Amino acid sequence: MTVTILPREKTSALFNALILFGSLLAGLVAVGVVFLAKGINPFFAIGEIFTASFGSAFGFQETLTKAIPLILIGSGLALAYRAKFWNIGAESQLLLGAVFATWIGLKFGPGLPAWAILPLMFLAGFIGGGLWGLIPAIFKVKFGINEVISTLMLNYIAAEFVKFLVVGPWKGETKYGYPYTDDLPTQAILKHLGSTRISLLMLVIAVCTALVLAFLVYRTRFGYEIRVIGENPEAGRYAGIDFFRTSLIMMFISGGVAGLAGVGELSSIHHHLSYPETISAGYGFTAIIVAWLGRLNPGFSILSGLFFAGIIVGGDAIQMSMGLPATTVNVFNGLILIFLITGDFLLNHRVRFQRRVL
Amino acid sequence: MKRIEKLEMKGICKSFVGVKANRNVDLTIEKGDILGLLGENGAGKTTLMNILYGLYMPDEGQVLVNGEPLHLKSPKDSMKAGIGMIHQHFMLIQKHTVLENIALGYAEAPFLFPQKYMRKRIEEYSRKFGLEVDPDKKIWELSAGEQQRVEILKALLRNADLLIMDEPTSVLTPPEADELFEILRKMIGEGHSVILISHKLEEIISICNRVMVMRKGEVTGAAEIKDVTKVDLARMMIGREISASYEKAALEPGDPVLEIASLSVNSDQGLPIVKDFSMTVRRNEILGIAGVSGNGQREMVEAVTGLRRAEKGTVKLQGREVTNKSARTIHNLGINHVPEERIKFGTVANLQLFENSVLKKHHEKPYSTNMLMNYPLIKNHADSIIEKYHVDAASINVPVKNLSGGNMQKLILGREIASEPSLLIAAHPTYGLDVGAAEYIRKELIHARDRGGAVLLVSEDLEELFQVCDKIAVMFEGRIMGIVDPSDCDIDDIGLMMAGTSVGLKGEKN
Ligand SMILES: Nc1ncnc2c1ncn2[C@@H]1O[C@H](COP(=O)(O)OP(=O)(O)OP(=O)(O)O)[C@@H](O)[C@H]1O
Ligand SMILES: [Mg+2]
Repeated sequence: MTVTILPREKTSALFNALILFGSLLAGLVAVGVVFLAKGINPFFAIGEIFTASFGSAFGFQETLTKAIPLILIGSGLALAYRAKFWNIGAESQLLLGAVFATWIGLKFGPGLPAWAILPLMFLAGFIGGGLWGLIPAIFKVKFGINEVISTLMLNYIAAEFVKFLVVGPWKGETKYGYPYTDDLPTQAILKHLGSTRISLLMLVIAVCTALVLAFLVYRTRFGYEIRVIGENPEAGRYAGIDFFRTSLIMMFISGGVAGLAGVGELSSIHHHLSYPETISAGYGFTAIIVAWLGRLNPGFSILSGLFFAGIIVGGDAIQMSMGLPATTVNVFNGLILIFLITGDFLLNHRVRFQRRVL
Repeated sequence: MKRIEKLEMKGICKSFVGVKANRNVDLTIEKGDILGLLGENGAGKTTLMNILYGLYMPDEGQVLVNGEPLHLKSPKDSMKAGIGMIHQHFMLIQKHTVLENIALGYAEAPFLFPQKYMRKRIEEYSRKFGLEVDPDKKIWELSAGEQQRVEILKALLRNADLLIMDEPTSVLTPPEADELFEILRKMIGEGHSVILISHKLEEIISICNRVMVMRKGEVTGAAEIKDVTKVDLARMMIGREISASYEKAALEPGDPVLEIASLSVNSDQGLPIVKDFSMTVRRNEILGIAGVSGNGQREMVEAVTGLRRAEKGTVKLQGREVTNKSARTIHNLGINHVPEERIKFGTVANLQLFENSVLKKHHEKPYSTNMLMNYPLIKNHADSIIEKYHVDAASINVPVKNLSGGNMQKLILGREIASEPSLLIAAHPTYGLDVGAAEYIRKELIHARDRGGAVLLVSEDLEELFQVCDKIAVMFEGRIMGIVDPSDCDIDDIGLMMAGTSVGLKGEKN
């Protein structure tokens, strides 16, 4: 048996849509098989996931809450992936955003009104995430270091750094034995909508960011340039595009919006910096799938972010009600990503299986 | 396995989104034939050959070998049937050696000591067909001609009886092309057959025994070579004759536009390749650079356009020193550049045609203002290039990778010429263009000159240089061997200088 892979000569919009839904469906079927192996009726389980996340008012509120960081990070990653910069480090860019915002919030928060301290925290968070995103960009452009490895490694460094802060120098005086910083002053905390956990401001910021980034990619000169250097760096050089500058700005923005998500998690949900796993819950990784499902169009991250937020919420729900392990959602996400990427490959290639004849 | 005595393609149809690339095409080739495949850019030649090679599947029609139908679903099937193809862009792995490239995917290599076996096979075939290559060299160290020999060896070792070559000579220097033809003659002597796509009519006449002409996806003519002349072929292809000479306004060269003084540039390997090079191009002047490629032309052009560092010397543009300025700064001063490796540098394959139509000008008004791209206007611009330069494309929204080779080139040429630069640097502008399109481009170069522009034309095609240039500088090993006036000099003298012999010249010395 031999396998031959050839480029596909024609694709149409319809085929594109079919492949997208086909891969989602295949992903769901694969998840179903996992449920079946656990002795659970897959239709019931998958149904439960979606009713828990989209079927009730409370569930939907939770879904929106979790969609906020996913939309923000997902749209930022879509930007980076357009330039073929495989940023796997959004998790740590989020953390650095939270760290910078914590510092500003604790240091200047008590003396400033909300209208002054909140924008300062957002600015600091953006800069924190952005600077952390610059590091792998510089490594790549100046020293040719693969960004997948550097961004991944920087995740560990950032996580250890946050742990160090919360058990060491930043450990809250009011927190007794816990590894937390002190709570932010009330004016540095984002108000929730009614009795939900949704910060309306964050939701607006997330949706606007995604739309602005979509505009950036498809309407501006900068967007044109990152697409050119992503597709063909040699042509970029010929076209006089400054690879160094463009890559740096691009990663500053991509990291920066992840940093904004960090500010949101800090100021709307947790109110203090604590262990990295608590602050982020893997949003930086889930957002990779959000960006792919959104076909690397930052605007589509709004929809795909909502979808994956739903899966997280629904997954948590069935995990409790059906006694599944806590990693169920990860299995779910991983499977869907695999099928999405496979679908993408099939969109551009024709695969043939042949029996070997001698 | 039985050898290919006769191969037939019958009623082949193939369409892409919006284009019928092949309509009801028939083709026959017999053992010992060298069949020339001729046709305008976008006529469907490459598509037809990709079908024969199993890369594309035809919508209709069939392929018969010795009367038996073949089911070609992938290149593996066609290789098994004895069909080999060499694409215009080589598919070799640059960092591997010749031997490794040939051994890759070679089914008959033994499990133990494959190198020894492969080396023997390579040597055997090299001797048999006169294909000299060093099996231990890395691909990137080889010239285009040598790389092509590796591709041929690879195909022959896989028992290719029929060899398809898509525009093989466009990457070769004239002596390399002659060597290639020698090899092809040896091959047909051994009972192989060859399909050769080329836009150079004299090549077809000199090497092929039969010719087939395609136009807009259909076969429009076929003949025995002994029955036709170059003029007939041109007429079969574009329906008219092509000009042998070009009209130029009688203009005196004006102020200097580009002044290069004592320029030295290093190659990719860090060795000096342009040495103490000086030259001036003026308004209303087309200056040709003749020379076998690899003598520093590309590096010189790259240094002038800001893509490569100048080690020594100065480059002045309209009196302003621009040595080692950025590519964008230099472009903004009014230099346009048609690069030599245009598919690699000049286009972005996955972006759409209209997006490619402003590459390098995308930062200028009116295409972008205040950091925003003006896409409606860019689309109009793309439409006008397509129309003026006869770029054959389904629409301006297709990715550029869907264009035929020649049409990609026309797009770049249109883009670079249309904006009326004060200096146009064109490296091999007519490579891969059909005779009609090449004629049009030459006229456009002359037009650019008559309009007051300066043109620097790098070419290996002496006939082309003689037709359009006001002056020809011959480059050899990074230096200028002499500058001559084409109206007052002998084509053979230039040939000698290209080979590094200085000749007593009547022409001026700049
Ligand atoms: N993958 C593809 N998708 C869509 N259209 C294509 C594709 N490949 C080729 N075409 C179209 O089919 C037509 C024939 O193209 P082809 O490459 O066969 O031309 P050609 O005769 O080889 O021309 P050239 O001399 O310029 O190389 C062109 O109009 C081209 O735009
Ligand atoms: Mg072609």
